Amino acid sequence: MATVSQGSLAVAMFEEPAAFKPWHVKLRETARKQPIGVAGALIVILMILMAAFAGFVTPYDPVANSYEYMLVPPDGNFIFGTDMLGRDVYSRIVYGARTALFVGFASAAVGGFLGLILGVSSAYFGGLFDLIFQRVMDVFMAFPLVIMALAVVSILGTGTENVILAIIVPFVPRCARVVRSSALQIREIPYIDAAKACGFGHARIILRHMAPNVMAPFLIMVTAFVGQAILTEASLSYLGLGVQEPTPAWGLMLQGGAEEFAESAPWVAVFPGLAITLAVFGFNLFGDALRDVLDPRLRSSQ
Amino acid sequence: MYKYVVKRLLLLIPTLFGAAVLVFLLLRAVPGDVCQLRLGGGGEFIDPRALATCQEELGLNDPLSIQLFDFLTSFFTFNFGESMWTGRPVAYEIGLRFELSLQIAIMATFASIVIALPLGTISAIKQNTWIDYLVRTISIAGLAIPSFWLGIIIILGLLISTQHYLGTPWMPPIDYRPLWEDPGYNLSMLIWPALATGYRYSAVATRMTRSTLLEVLREDYVRTARAKGLLEKMIINRHALRNALLPVVTIIGIEFAFLMGGLVVTEQVFNLNGIGKLFVESVGNQDYVMTQSLVMLVVTIFVLVNLVVDILYAVLDPRIRYS
Repeated sequence: MATVSQGSLAVAMFEEPAAFKPWHVKLRETARKQPIGVAGALIVILMILMAAFAGFVTPYDPVANSYEYMLVPPDGNFIFGTDMLGRDVYSRIVYGARTALFVGFASAAVGGFLGLILGVSSAYFGGLFDLIFQRVMDVFMAFPLVIMALAVVSILGTGTENVILAIIVPFVPRCARVVRSSALQIREIPYIDAAKACGFGHARIILRHMAPNVMAPFLIMVTAFVGQAILTEASLSYLGLGVQEPTPAWGLMLQGGAEEFAESAPWVAVFPGLAITLAVFGFNLFGDALRDVLDPRLRSSQ
Repeated sequence: MYKYVVKRLLLLIPTLFGAAVLVFLLLRAVPGDVCQLRLGGGGEFIDPRALATCQEELGLNDPLSIQLFDFLTSFFTFNFGESMWTGRPVAYEIGLRFELSLQIAIMATFASIVIALPLGTISAIKQNTWIDYLVRTISIAGLAIPSFWLGIIIILGLLISTQHYLGTPWMPPIDYRPLWEDPGYNLSMLIWPALATGYRYSAVATRMTRSTLLEVLREDYVRTARAKGLLEKMIINRHALRNALLPVVTIIGIEFAFLMGGLVVTEQVFNLNGIGKLFVESVGNQDYVMTQSLVMLVVTIFVLVNLVVDILYAVLDPRIRYS
C-alpha cells in the first residue's frame, strides 16, 4: 500500500510540467476548459485582422461619396448596402474597426499604465501620500464615466485623440484603485523589505518588484476596459462629440440620421450597431475568461 | 449605525467640494470662450466692444480665484447662475427637464429589477440547462449592446411593426406630458427609452442574482432546510432569495452611473427634452455655466444614491454593522 502511494507521488512529482507542452496541445486544452473565452478571443483576433488588413478585405474606399449609389439596399455589390452619401457600409465598418481598436487599446494602455504606477506608488508610499491620493481618487470616482468623458470633451473639443484622452481621464482612478488594493497586500510580503534593505530605489521597487505582482488584477481590469472604451467612444461619436466625419467610426455611422432613414434604409442603422455589440461582446467574454484563468479566487459559478 | 450615517454624511462635504473645484478647473481650461461662440458663430467678424461687454457680464475677466469663489458660493447656495447660451437661469432650465429624466431613470430601474429577479432566480435553479444558457446569453449581450443602438432598433421595430399591422407607422410622441395628466400618453412615450437604458441594468442585476443565489444555495443552512424536508419553493423564496438579494442592492448603486450615462445618449435617440439632452447641448455650445451645474448635479445625485444604497445595505444585512 505504502509503495503504491509513494509511486503515485513520484509520478505526480515527475509529471511533465505544463510549460513543456507544445502550443497546439495547450491551445486545445484551453479551448476545452474555456470555450467562451476562446470564442471571445476569436472575435477579438478577427477584429484585429480586419483592422490590419482593411484595405485587402474591402471593395470600396470607406470615405468616397457616390451620388449614383445613395441608400442602395444590401445586394451583390454592396453586401451591407450604402449610406445617404453613397458610401459602402461594409467598407466603413471594416475601417471603423481600426478607429474602435485604436481608441480602445490606446486609452486602455495609457490609462492602465498611469493607473498602475499611481496605484502601486500609493500603496508603496502609504501614509499621508496614500491618504491624499485616496481622497483625490474619491473625487474622480464621483463622476460617472460618460459624464467625465463628456466634460473632458467639452474642454478639449472633439476628434480621435481628444476622445482617447477623455476616456483615459476617468479610467486612471478606476484602475489605480483596483491596483492599489492588490499592491497593499504585496507590500506586506518580506521580499519588499529585503529589496529596501538592499538599498534599491523607490522607482525600482515599484516597477520591478511590486508592479509585476499585481499583473493579474491589472490585466483583467484593462481587458474589460477595452470593451468599455469602445462603447464609450461609440456613444461620444454618436452624440457628435467624438470622432468626426469623414473618419469611419461605428458610433458616427449611427449618428448620420439613422433614425430618419430607419424606415427607408434600416441597414444603415443595423450593421454598425451589430459591429459595436460584437466587439464589446468579444472583449467581455475574453476578459471574463482571463479572470477565471488568472485569478482563481474569483473563480465563481458564473 | 447612527454614527455611521453621520460620518458618511460629513464625508460628502469634502467629496463634493473637491468635485466642485475639479469641475471648475476643468471647464476653465476651455480654449476659446462662450462669448465668441454666442456672438460670432464660425469665423465671422465679432465686434470687439460687444465681446468685451459680454465677457464683463459673465465675469470672465475676473481673476481665477474670484471666479472659483463665486462658483463655490453659488453652488453651495443653490444659485447656479444663468445659462450662457439662452440667458435664462440654469435652475429654471434644469427644472423644466428634470421630471422627465427622473421618470425614465425610475422606470428603467424598476423595470430592470422586476425582470432581473425572476430571470436570475430561474437561471440559478436550472443551472446548466438550456434556460440557464439562454438567460446568460441574453444578459451578457446586455453588457455589450449600446443603449443608443438599442433605442434606434426599438424605434425601427415600432415603425416597421405598426406599418405592417396598423397600416400607418407610429412613433412614440416627443412632447412631454406629466404622468398624472395623461398616463397613457406619458407611458407610451417613456416606456421605450426606459427599456433601452434599463436593458444593461437588468443584465447586470440578472447576473448578480444568479451568481449570489448559486452561492447561497450551497450554504449549510439551505442544506438544513432541505434536510427538514421543506418544499424547494419555500427554500428559495423564504431562505435563499432573501440573502441573495443583498448584493443586488449594491448593483443598483454601482450601475446608477451607467444609467445616467445611458440617459444622456438615449434622450438623444428618442429626441426627448431631458437633462441628458441639455447636457449634450451645453457641451456642444461650450455653455460652461450650464455644463458645470449639470456635472455637479449628476455627481451630487450619484454620491447621494450610493450613500443611500450603503445605508440600505447595512439596514438589510444583520451581519454588517458599521462602527
